[in-house]
Amino acid sequence: MSPLLELEAVDASYGPFRALFGVSFSLESGSALALLGANGAGKTTLARVCTGLVAPTAGSVRFDGVDFSDRRAFEFARAGIVHAVEGRSVFATLTVEENLALALASGRKRSELAVAIDEAYALFPRLGERRRQIAGTLSGGEQRMLSLARVLVDRPRLLVADELSLGLAPIIVDEVYQTLARIREAGTTLLIVEQHVSHALAIADTAVILERGSVGYIGPARDARAHVGV
Amino acid sequence: MLEDFIRSVFQGVPVGAVYALIALGFTLTYKTAGVFNLAFGAQAFVAAAVHWELHVHNGWNVAVSAAIAVLVVSPALGVALDFVLFRHLRAASSGARLVTTIGLLVAIPNITKLVLRFTRHPSTGGARGLFSGPDVVYRPFGDAYPITRDELVQLGVVVVAGLALGAMFRFTHLGLRMRAVVESPRLAELGGVNSARVGSFAWALSSAFAGLAGVLIAPTYQNVDAANFFELVIAGIAAAAFGSLVSLPRAFAGALGLGVASTYLATVLPTNSVLARGLKPSLPFVVLFVWVVIAPGLRGQRDVADPLSGVAPPPPASAADERSRSLTIATRGFWSVVGVIVAWAVFFAINDFWLKRIQVLLAVGVIFLSITVMTGIAGQISLCQAAFAAIGAFATTQLAVEQGMSVLVGMLLGGLVSALVGGLLAMPLVRIGGVWLALATLGFALFFHSVIAQLAVVNGGVSKPRTPRPLIGSIDFAADRAFIVLELVVFAIAATIVVLVRGGTTGRFLAALRGSEVAAASIGIGQWRSRVTAFALSAGLAGLGGGLLASAQQSVNYDVSFSPQVGLFFVVVVVTLGSRSIEGALQAAFGFVLFQPLILERALPWVINHIQPFLHVNAISGLFRDILFGLGALTFAKHPEGILEFQKRRSLNRIQRSIDRRKQQPTEAGSTP
Repeated sequence: MSPLLELEAVDASYGPFRALFGVSFSLESGSALALLGANGAGKTTLARVCTGLVAPTAGSVRFDGVDFSDRRAFEFARAGIVHAVEGRSVFATLTVEENLALALASGRKRSELAVAIDEAYALFPRLGERRRQIAGTLSGGEQRMLSLARVLVDRPRLLVADELSLGLAPIIVDEVYQTLARIREAGTTLLIVEQHVSHALAIADTAVILERGSVGYIGPARDARAHVGV
Repeated sequence: MLEDFIRSVFQGVPVGAVYALIALGFTLTYKTAGVFNLAFGAQAFVAAAVHWELHVHNGWNVAVSAAIAVLVVSPALGVALDFVLFRHLRAASSGARLVTTIGLLVAIPNITKLVLRFTRHPSTGGARGLFSGPDVVYRPFGDAYPITRDELVQLGVVVVAGLALGAMFRFTHLGLRMRAVVESPRLAELGGVNSARVGSFAWALSSAFAGLAGVLIAPTYQNVDAANFFELVIAGIAAAAFGSLVSLPRAFAGALGLGVASTYLATVLPTNSVLARGLKPSLPFVVLFVWVVIAPGLRGQRDVADPLSGVAPPPPASAADERSRSLTIATRGFWSVVGVIVAWAVFFAINDFWLKRIQVLLAVGVIFLSITVMTGIAGQISLCQAAFAAIGAFATTQLAVEQGMSVLVGMLLGGLVSALVGGLLAMPLVRIGGVWLALATLGFALFFHSVIAQLAVVNGGVSKPRTPRPLIGSIDFAADRAFIVLELVVFAIAATIVVLVRGGTTGRFLAALRGSEVAAASIGIGQWRSRVTAFALSAGLAGLGGGLLASAQQSVNYDVSFSPQVGLFFVVVVVTLGSRSIEGALQAAFGFVLFQPLILERALPWVINHIQPFLHVNAISGLFRDILFGLGALTFAKHPEGILEFQKRRSLNRIQRSIDRRKQQPTEAGSTP
């Protein structure tokens, strides 16, 4: 069986600034991978390459055996890849319900959409209480819930989660990682980008450590601790 | 009284329906494309012009012609604008996008005139709407309240279109997707939305709506003219502002209210007073200004940043300001030689025709320095600089002619009056900033145009007094060359003030505010004082330049030099050629005054006729000047320092690098054994 996601010798850059140098790794269906590294190592860029936000300048990205290197982000999304982006990841000017409708609409009829939105409210009752609220006024933890609610309802094939713990209180971080565990149990493959190493390694099987845009370590998550020195 | 009001309602609702068409279209563009589209009227004009050309000029069937204008040409224009421009400007600031639409506002009507040859056959002969015959008048409510067929159609279409748009936003998924793409196209893509296609559709839809408005409104006027649509758009924006640019029902209500109110005011105010004649057409502008100042919703409305804007590659770093001493000396030497040659030409060689233009150029240069202060230093876009200049011009003339003051003192006082007006205007506006500030200044410019500039106290009445030339002691500046010397002195003083302010505390505070208001506030820099100062200084310089211009031309050519449209063109020229520096202002003045007579009418045809024998070109139409500068302003979003400035820095950098390389080579050769 071919791996779900496979990167081969990927280079990427922002204009004249090159961020990735020949990165290769693969991710088996149903597994969880932690992507670690210092600030500026290229973690977020790599996550963006995995979801089509940044096109690789060289190398290839294959999803489920199909070459996705030249495809646009919405095609990645329609193939079942969800990207929970770093920082604010909801539409601040739209209401909670509109955010959910937008995220859950693809491939659903109107009646199915209503059912899916209700499912999200059942999973996160707090969102249900705030369905008419503008999403920009939600707290950071609630915004995370909103972006993860979609993942729980949709059960995508791959979730790329970028710095989920950023700016959240420790208790909320625990909550977010419990949710990630549920998402994994439901069958979604995970690619977790983290600076808080311990949480990520606890949930991952494999770890990739980036050092200045190249892979510095790739191997089992339990051995990665020694490599990062935590 | 009550009867007056009822009559106003009957007469005002059709007017309001016209405003409502624009207000809905404007709100639609803002909601679905995220652009504050001042060029909306230009898009409407294109449709009206195409319809006129096909139906009236070429005799096509009215329905076919209108359908082509509204359903083919307009959406195609919208898609083209998205494809070429706005798709690439999603990450640009709202101010940069506003300048882009101003550029389009200048360029599109002129391109249309050129393509359709509107200048060859005057576009009179009756603009047409959806019917080919003469208009029909109905009197269902008695003879006192007539309503025409065109008005009925406008009212009907605006109600149906309003309901349809409302339904689209409320019940379809498309409206939601368009709003999502406006906030963050990339986040929308991550949700599986093809943001490029949704964006193009949004532009096609709003452009078609502009076309519909254009064709429906056309018969309101005698002929098809872009200027009519421009003023209508401002009225439409005033109505749309009632809905904070997001609410369709409130925009609709605002438009009808505005229509009725302006009609009612005209009936209750004493007939034939300036207030009655001026206030009716200018009410929308006053309302726009007042509403922007008092509306609580607009004040806090800031751009919601795209959380994924960092995905785009950063803009190219502007070429460094620093260059080596030898290169600086070389360029200064070059410009000194050019300066001496120009000075020799001005004082010994050129004839009256060019002398007159040089005088205008220098006066306009002082006016353009005011835009350097406003846009280059303070980072704000003001669209009423021409009005400030007019204040200076009128004040100079009135003080010199009526009060018998010295002309030079009159100019200075004119600048002061203008600075005072600018400062007062700025006080309520600086908190708002950005696009709304630009709009409020446009409201002021149009109010000034239709009320203040019409007062006899201001313009001197029908006698049109001549503006005298200054006289200092025994030195008479009536001679053109002497006056040029005076202008050079004034320009040098104004430029020195600008340089000092830019380098001083106020300039640094403004630079910090331009970078980030929040960050500036966090280190204790308030925006109020430095911005009001910048506004007053800018208005003062414009006033001084206006006085100089009036004295140069020995009269106040208000319509040619100071009208609101000219003011828009000022901004376009300066941001195209460089709003950050003194050279930029001079280059802009050159472009504004000499580009047409020197380049378009003489140099370019000469070159074309001498390099090839096939095509003979006479003077090139002045339309090209407006088109070129309009299109030039489109580069503002990418190169805010001005396209000429950008090119200059780039070529200087290239020269510098080749010098460095030549210097390096010998040492490298020497170091190798």
